[in-house]
Amino acid sequence: MSADTSTRVADTAPLAPARPRTRRGALTWDTAIIAVTLAFLVAASLGVEHFGTARNFGFLVLDLAPIFLLALPMTLIVITGDIDLSVASMVGLTSSAIGVMWEAGMPLETILVLAVVLGAVLGAVNGFFVAVLGLPALAVTIGTLALYRGLAYVLLGEGAVATFPRSFTGWTVGATGWMPNVLPGLLLLAVVFAVVLHATPVGRSIYAIGANVTTAAYSGINVGRTRFLLFVASGAMAGLVGAFWTLRYSSARGDNAFGIELTVVAAVLLGGVSIFGGKGSLPGVLAGVVLLMSLQNALRLGSVSTEALTVVTGLLLIVSVLLPNVLVRIRRMRSPRRPADPVPDPAPHQPAAPAANERN
Amino acid sequence: MSRMHRRTRYFALTAGLALTLSACSGTTQDDATSEAPAEETGAEETSAAAGGGGTEFAEGLAISMLPKSVNNPYFEASSEGAESAVTELAGEYEYTGPSDASASSQVSYINTLSQQAVDAILLSANDPNALCSALSQASDAGTAIVTFDSDVDPECRDLFVSQVEGEEVGRALIEMAAEQIDGDGQVAILSATANATNQNAWIDVIESELESNPDYAGIELVATVYGDDEDEKSFAETQGLLQAHPELEAIISPTTVGIAAAARYLQSSDYQGEVALTGLGTPNQMREFVEDGTVTEFALWDPSALGELAAYAGAALASDMITGAEGDTFTAGELGEYTVGADGVIVLGPPTRFNAENIDDFDF
Repeated sequence: MSADTSTRVADTAPLAPARPRTRRGALTWDTAIIAVTLAFLVAASLGVEHFGTARNFGFLVLDLAPIFLLALPMTLIVITGDIDLSVASMVGLTSSAIGVMWEAGMPLETILVLAVVLGAVLGAVNGFFVAVLGLPALAVTIGTLALYRGLAYVLLGEGAVATFPRSFTGWTVGATGWMPNVLPGLLLLAVVFAVVLHATPVGRSIYAIGANVTTAAYSGINVGRTRFLLFVASGAMAGLVGAFWTLRYSSARGDNAFGIELTVVAAVLLGGVSIFGGKGSLPGVLAGVVLLMSLQNALRLGSVSTEALTVVTGLLLIVSVLLPNVLVRIRRMRSPRRPADPVPDPAPHQPAAPAANERN
Repeated sequence: MSRMHRRTRYFALTAGLALTLSACSGTTQDDATSEAPAEETGAEETSAAAGGGGTEFAEGLAISMLPKSVNNPYFEASSEGAESAVTELAGEYEYTGPSDASASSQVSYINTLSQQAVDAILLSANDPNALCSALSQASDAGTAIVTFDSDVDPECRDLFVSQVEGEEVGRALIEMAAEQIDGDGQVAILSATANATNQNAWIDVIESELESNPDYAGIELVATVYGDDEDEKSFAETQGLLQAHPELEAIISPTTVGIAAAARYLQSSDYQGEVALTGLGTPNQMREFVEDGTVTEFALWDPSALGELAAYAGAALASDMITGAEGDTFTAGELGEYTVGADGVIVLGPPTRFNAENIDDFDF
């Protein structure tokens, strides 16, 4: 994986130099995680009673939907080398806001649109601090993690609003045949994000920023705008998840989605995105989400204790962060003279970036 | 700059348009009451056979207890009672639940249990509404739903096993506090989560007693705070209460996690013996604080008996001995005969007060 960036210099569109991952056919972390996920789903369907049923599929989709949705923009953000830890708090705040607006008698359709708008505004605040003022995303979003959660409690106190109409809540948790009603929406959004990341210039700039932000800026990429818009997208998605969460549990509460930012980041890392940026793929991340959530589902069905469930999930994540690094070390030891991560001189008019220190 | 402006305008336009469109045919709160019931996620329409046919408990029933959160001594005591009842009935018992006391985490566990098609779920709910959809799916799959300790909306369960009459608990709490401060001074409440149905019912009773009962005219309730049944948060909230209200005479904590954390804080501070603490706790948790004078008197029902009664109630439902209708009766082992009251509520009995004289008689 480490040597991905050294290949395919022939891709010499202006943005190509920093585009990292093109070594095709090789076993990379994301193809591995997809294979492991599929193998796990098959094994669990055969080995865990009640796992491979339409009903459980419905439950699983509802359980993984928030993580799945939040992981989409999070993947792009982590690839640029940033992180957004405020997503769960934005979900809680939009959920509170939905409760307040509903109590005030506004039409639910309007409220749901406004939830997404509110999320985008919250994300824009993050984006402003990170992309315009240049503050570290980790610090900014840890701050807004607390701030937004606090505002969520301010809005709704510690109470709940639970009078949402069954036509909405029932649809959200409902299914048509075996197909959960929310599934097509999830898949559509996944396709949109995958296309943006893997098949558009925007996607290439995202990789470029993560691989080497200076090089990206010199290549004519509007780094600030890209980072800003990604945080806006993350906020808008959190608003959407806030709407989903509220309707799924028929309960608008300030503590909704408490703590799930860690699961989202965990799924993104498990899916093969480098926490140092520049590397990763959306199919890998989505496989990571499915693996993480179906593992929990299967362990619960197997009546494994909650403590054991937490331990197993934790171990999986440690492995997913450690293993890629171990593999990189092994590769380095095999070819000691080669620099760890050579990046071809991207643009003749500027000095070659010593990119090795940018990752791992 | 101009590009930014154009985008802003476009954004405002789109948002405005969306608002206008949706406002035309909106669903508002007023419409909600007339809505049709929810569709279920692939739920099998196999409602359990109605009617109190059987007269004996069935053997081999699968009964699971789902507490507000695991690793809570109170629920572990309930679980022991439920387990002994299920063992008595030669059934299969499981104790399972989330590690955090949140409603959304409980939903996944309800789904799992309904998937496993257990015969009865014994649930202490973290939210009266958020669990309803999952519970009705489980119910449709033939699972008997018994809540204990903290109820859900009555439509979403078959029976609620109440520890005591809510009124009696609230009255006992304020009475103990009044006795310990001689009926005069500021009191504060340290509760569990803000949505806990039972805690809120008791707090309502305390508030109305303070308003209406002339014996409590000298007592002023200055704050109600929430420790969310987390030890550290309850500890910190206690500290905050005492700092914010230097005149505070007593803390009432109607939750076992809260009272233990508050007692630990008092014990380690200058307030020990100065500020009274009462509420609901287990004798084993509170023994050391009663012995060293931090706490004079507190109350609780026997959570083990509560779990036992819930298990018998679930088994009676699953065995078709009762339907959960008002007036149904069943025998809960050594606890004796119980009758289902209005709204499917069964009451365990009056609370027990624990103090230096009797605390050593109890072990839970």
